[in-house]
Amino acid sequence: MMRHLSMRYELTQIPWLKRLLVSRWPLFLARAVTLAGFVLTIVAGLIGSPVGSHNFAIIFVWIAWWTFLKLIAIPFGGRAWCSICPIPAMGEWIQQGALVEPRGRGLGLGRQWPKQLRNIWLPTLGFGVIGLFSAVTLTQPRVTGWVLLGFILLAGVLSLVFERRAFCRHVCPIGGFIGLYSRVAPVEVRVRDRAVCASHADKTCVIGNEHGYGCPWQASPVSLTQNTNCGLCMECLRSCSYDNIAVNVRPFGADLAQRAGRSLDQAYFGFMMLGSVVIYSAVMLGAWGNLKTAAYNVGTPGWFIYAGVLLAFTLGVLPGLFLLAVWAGRALAGSKASLKKAFIAQSHAIIPLGLMAWVAFTISFAFAKFSYVWSVLSDPFGWGWNLFGTAQLPWTPYLSSITPLLQVLALLGGLVWTSIWVRRIAQEELPEKSAARQSLPVMLFCLVLTIGMLWLLVG
Amino acid sequence: MTNFQFPNLKHLHFARAQVCQLSNRRLQVTALAVLVGVVVLVVPLPLTLAAPQERHVRIEASRFQFTPPVVSVNPGDRVTIDLTTTDVVHGLYVDDYGLNITADPGQTTRLTFVADKAGTFALRCFAPCGPLHPFMVGKLNVGPNWLLWRAVGVASVAAFAGFWMLRK
Repeated sequence: MMRHLSMRYELTQIPWLKRLLVSRWPLFLARAVTLAGFVLTIVAGLIGSPVGSHNFAIIFVWIAWWTFLKLIAIPFGGRAWCSICPIPAMGEWIQQGALVEPRGRGLGLGRQWPKQLRNIWLPTLGFGVIGLFSAVTLTQPRVTGWVLLGFILLAGVLSLVFERRAFCRHVCPIGGFIGLYSRVAPVEVRVRDRAVCASHADKTCVIGNEHGYGCPWQASPVSLTQNTNCGLCMECLRSCSYDNIAVNVRPFGADLAQRAGRSLDQAYFGFMMLGSVVIYSAVMLGAWGNLKTAAYNVGTPGWFIYAGVLLAFTLGVLPGLFLLAVWAGRALAGSKASLKKAFIAQSHAIIPLGLMAWVAFTISFAFAKFSYVWSVLSDPFGWGWNLFGTAQLPWTPYLSSITPLLQVLALLGGLVWTSIWVRRIAQEELPEKSAARQSLPVMLFCLVLTIGMLWLLVG
Repeated sequence: MTNFQFPNLKHLHFARAQVCQLSNRRLQVTALAVLVGVVVLVVPLPLTLAAPQERHVRIEASRFQFTPPVVSVNPGDRVTIDLTTTDVVHGLYVDDYGLNITADPGQTTRLTFVADKAGTFALRCFAPCGPLHPFMVGKLNVGPNWLLWRAVGVASVAAFAGFWMLRK
């Protein structure tokens, strides 16, 4: 049933593409461009117009970049953004003591990340905190500027204290978001032949050599079975002494079949994402003004209620209902398997639905606001400039006639995709008939959630 | 000069088998589900709608909501919206109809149009009115929201088909 998931096309067999991937310059130049963009964003946020729709920071971060990430970069490129992300760039350059080619040791204490935090509970918490203040962050340029500056400083400090990209792997909430949904992306970095790695004592992909750094994400390519912890930085491609690293194109969602790497923190992050998109849809796209005001007015009683509801829904109600569905499925199937194990395994089946829910949410949000991009390109600070003659272009919502249909198709696609994985994951442990019984309540959970999102987005 | 080489298709390999083979039963259920889904999505419904009439709606805009938040009319109705605001300048843009008006505090601005497109459309504030201006939305329902109900129907069909395919 899942044999087609093993299909691969090795991109690194194409000589010119491999040269491009091995060279450090393309990624460095792309990163330099994104860093320049982020510096402009921070400056615009801090000193530009306080009106969000007239400020580069708000429009480029929350309309252009966030949309690009959810509609294109993650579904098709996995962690591709992480390979050119400017947030850890300066810290990493200081840590490595070099901008492009490896030059020996740079600065930094090089301490190991604490064992207790080698998971994604911190990103889960971080995303929850972002959610609490989202109505402010998304609309106030100053706040967006300070948040981005804070991220860059935090990443820099952590690079000086801890080894490699500890911030990206264990702290960054956006990195957690990308890592979770990168599992469905049709691109991966994997070893060609595990036996070659087994006989290679030096493990240059882990410790590095003159050609490349040891994996900045602290992953061992030979044990890589999921995209979650692979930043597509191509260091292993450069440092492998045996040319045993491949960049592959593969079927969408291939990682979901991997049992290794499923964990409770990953499961909970998935619920945080799913719950957040439900709440964001209600707050930002719903017609309830009181809800928007409550989410915006931080510190007021209304905000505390909003914060409580957000945290309770994402961390309690949603996983609780899912646990109930898994428990009911186990009871129906007469399964003796561990409830915790079944909960963790089944929760990975809802990753496609979560991603498509974010896509559906983003479609309405982004298309309606995208025309602001042209005006802030000409007037990034909102100071009345008109650099490219586009500053006065009127706001116009794009594709509004087909937006609801696109949202419906995204959500229905997510439901079908997730249903397939609910079935597949149940069949890992159970015979087909029992797996059907195990799956039924989980599929009902997904159906109800989908209908809820449909109601919020096109209702 | 760099020699360009086309991808070598011999590297397109399949680990164990060439394709995923669906059983006949699964194929039949999938085909049936797709057929039912398409029917649910696109087949017109033989419903008699109310005759077009004049509709007069008063919408009050304030930070950051329209009151009432949802306006429902029938297809073909001639709709007149009186927009008033209670705090700052607000606007009203009707998605897909491409119509817009703005109103100053204490004044009423009128918009009249024929609701000749069926569906659910966002009503958006058209004049920057504060930090949550981008999220100040209402809804205009022209006739029943068939897209929603059809989507719910297709979702149910998809879930049922998925479950049915599991059974031996």
